[in-house]
Amino acid sequence: MIKIQQSATAFALLALTAGGAWAAKADVTIGMQLEPPHLDPTSAAAGAIDQALYSNVFEGLTRFGPDGSVGPGLAESWEISADGTMYTFNLREGVKFHDGTDFEATDVVFSLDRARAEDSANAQKALFSGIKSVEAIDPTTVVVTLNAPQGNFLFNMAWGDAVIVAPESIDDIKSNPVGTGAFKFSEWKRGDSITIERNADYWGAAPALEQATFKYISEPTAAFSAMMAGDIDAFYSYPAPENLVQFEADPRFTVLAGNTEGETILAINNKMEPFGDVRVRKAVSMAIDRQAIIDGAMFGYGTPIGTHFAPHHPDYVDLTGNAPHDPEGAKALLAEAGYPDGFETTLKLPPPSYARRGGEIIAAQLRDVGIEAEISNLEWAQWLEQVFRGYDYGLTIVSHTEPMDIGIYARPTYYFQYDNPEFQALITALSVENDPATRTEMLQEAQRIISEDYVNGFLFQLALTSVVDARLDGIWPDAPTQAVDLTGVSWTE
Amino acid sequence: MTEDGLFRAALKSRNLVVGHLLAAAFAIGALLSLFWTPYDVTELTIATRLQAPSAVHWFGTDHFGRDILSMIMVGAQTSIAVAIVAVGIGMGIGVPLGLAAAARRGRLLDETIMRGNDLVFAFPSLLIAIMITTVFGPSALNAIIAIGIFNIPVFARLTRGAALPLWTRDYILSARVSGKGPVRISVEHILPNVTNLLIVQGTIQFSLGILAEAALSYVGLGVQPPTPSWGRMLADSQTLIAIAPHMAMFPGFAILLTVLGLNLAGDGLRDLLDPRIRNA
Repeated sequence: MIKIQQSATAFALLALTAGGAWAAKADVTIGMQLEPPHLDPTSAAAGAIDQALYSNVFEGLTRFGPDGSVGPGLAESWEISADGTMYTFNLREGVKFHDGTDFEATDVVFSLDRARAEDSANAQKALFSGIKSVEAIDPTTVVVTLNAPQGNFLFNMAWGDAVIVAPESIDDIKSNPVGTGAFKFSEWKRGDSITIERNADYWGAAPALEQATFKYISEPTAAFSAMMAGDIDAFYSYPAPENLVQFEADPRFTVLAGNTEGETILAINNKMEPFGDVRVRKAVSMAIDRQAIIDGAMFGYGTPIGTHFAPHHPDYVDLTGNAPHDPEGAKALLAEAGYPDGFETTLKLPPPSYARRGGEIIAAQLRDVGIEAEISNLEWAQWLEQVFRGYDYGLTIVSHTEPMDIGIYARPTYYFQYDNPEFQALITALSVENDPATRTEMLQEAQRIISEDYVNGFLFQLALTSVVDARLDGIWPDAPTQAVDLTGVSWTE
Repeated sequence: MTEDGLFRAALKSRNLVVGHLLAAAFAIGALLSLFWTPYDVTELTIATRLQAPSAVHWFGTDHFGRDILSMIMVGAQTSIAVAIVAVGIGMGIGVPLGLAAAARRGRLLDETIMRGNDLVFAFPSLLIAIMITTVFGPSALNAIIAIGIFNIPVFARLTRGAALPLWTRDYILSARVSGKGPVRISVEHILPNVTNLLIVQGTIQFSLGILAEAALSYVGLGVQPPTPSWGRMLADSQTLIAIAPHMAMFPGFAILLTVLGLNLAGDGLRDLLDPRIRNA
């Protein structure tokens, strides 16, 4: 009897200590697919840098919330002059960089001047092109003067490319990033992982996590085993949608299915014959069965789109009806355009599975209307060289993950080479428009123009599917920007 | 031994019979697929994807709803075509090189050919194949050339090695005395005497060719979609193995059984054709 009691007590103690261990868990390991090339978000296009560092290590004047809304960051508040060209930012007081130096207005001047300089390596220089001058009035006040009113200036300042860096630490930023965020950079094991630690001197609410590790696993099968074995607590943007069914059935995991800003398109080389003819482009769009692609390539995860705009955005117009799946109609259009027997073209596919799998499905659908698309699978470097910079392709599939990027259709030298002065004028007008109602109208008009011009085959909005330990709370389900913001993540139980 | 005796001996060799039966099964499948397959392999029916083997789809369907049996039949065609041409390249270039080296043994030509072979041999064969397909782009043709190239030194060495002792034989000497040149002697007297060896080696290289094609396709450097290939079928099945194991099993077995069959056939042929082993 006594023995039983003893062991029961021991068991209770054991349970207690075990429970205590759980409560104390304050670190997290997050699996990611792509490792950053270096750690300076202000000088590279690589989204992997922002994913690890945005909001965690680096902060901007404004910041994105989980729903894509723009809120105060290092600027506590701001005033906009009546003509819309002068922004006065009131900065937070007592903010320190991770190296102990103070964050002041001069750092903002330095960061913005650096980003918009002639020789700047910033990947999104357009964000800063409207800035005329940046002045520090006193240590906590910065005035930004614009050339013309700019409707989305606060949005622009929330981007990962617009984060505030310090002149003291800029030389080593690529290997030792120093920001103002809730976490400070701790270690980068190249080819393996990046570790960040809680910043004890953080100006805002302290994060629940003491330490976080981003572990880079590019192979879907390796990601699956690591998740199943418990080596990682979450996998952000899980690369193999086919495994999600299993994770969903497993009570240990939660599958977060959210939206990304990734419009997945069948890009058409508008300057390559026969794609110069809008009837041919329309025929291509009508040959495509979007739902079959979403089911076949993404295992049902994804939302069909009819234009280059995110469906979760309030200004989105559903234009999928402009190109319904209609192989017979597509054949008739091809005949009308002078290709009754179809034609041959190339379909160059980058590595992601949405492209490789989607490409096989699209090639089969195009074959049904007589278009023979010869598939070639390319690595990213080859894709950038041949397709993105070399214009040497007929068709390709890629997901455009930048938020609000409809403006790329106004660049005639962009890789799909769409040149429409009407559209370019609209985007120019949009960039100086401040009135929300007019902006909505203009954005919707822009969506209609590219949809009715059948510039590209608009396929689906890429779903963001993350697999998360069921006890982990606070991972953003959506990706309003390229970020894995861990400031609000905690363990429950 | 008479023709009849050779045939009877062949039937007695279990390796030879089993090997040939396996290889023949796939050859027949490939031939049949030229005219007929249960389903069209280029037609995707997403609605019926990832179905387990059943009476309708004997080997099940893949992630695009294609019939796996049909894909294996057409894939056999791909494998066999690549392997035949690759072995053809290897023999077509390697054998003459080997004969020439043997005819000019010890001289500059021999040295040049054999050191050139060593150079090709020095690189792991798959590495060369990956290099070629990366530089010139992935396609069936480049895969064939790549696999063919590393077959050349195999045949060159084998031919030279087998031809060298023949050159010291009396009947070669009498041929030389009667005024035949080295080219004629090589073709008329040396080649027929090394054919047995070449057939055996060709069978083995054929199975290696099938394996190499599967490996190249597995990493995406072989035959491009939509042409089915066993290697790519395996690669496609990789992340689906937990929910659709049949997608990996059938192409895997296809590769295993074909290669096994060809190796058994090669072993059996060697036993049959090599006089030293046959008489033992």
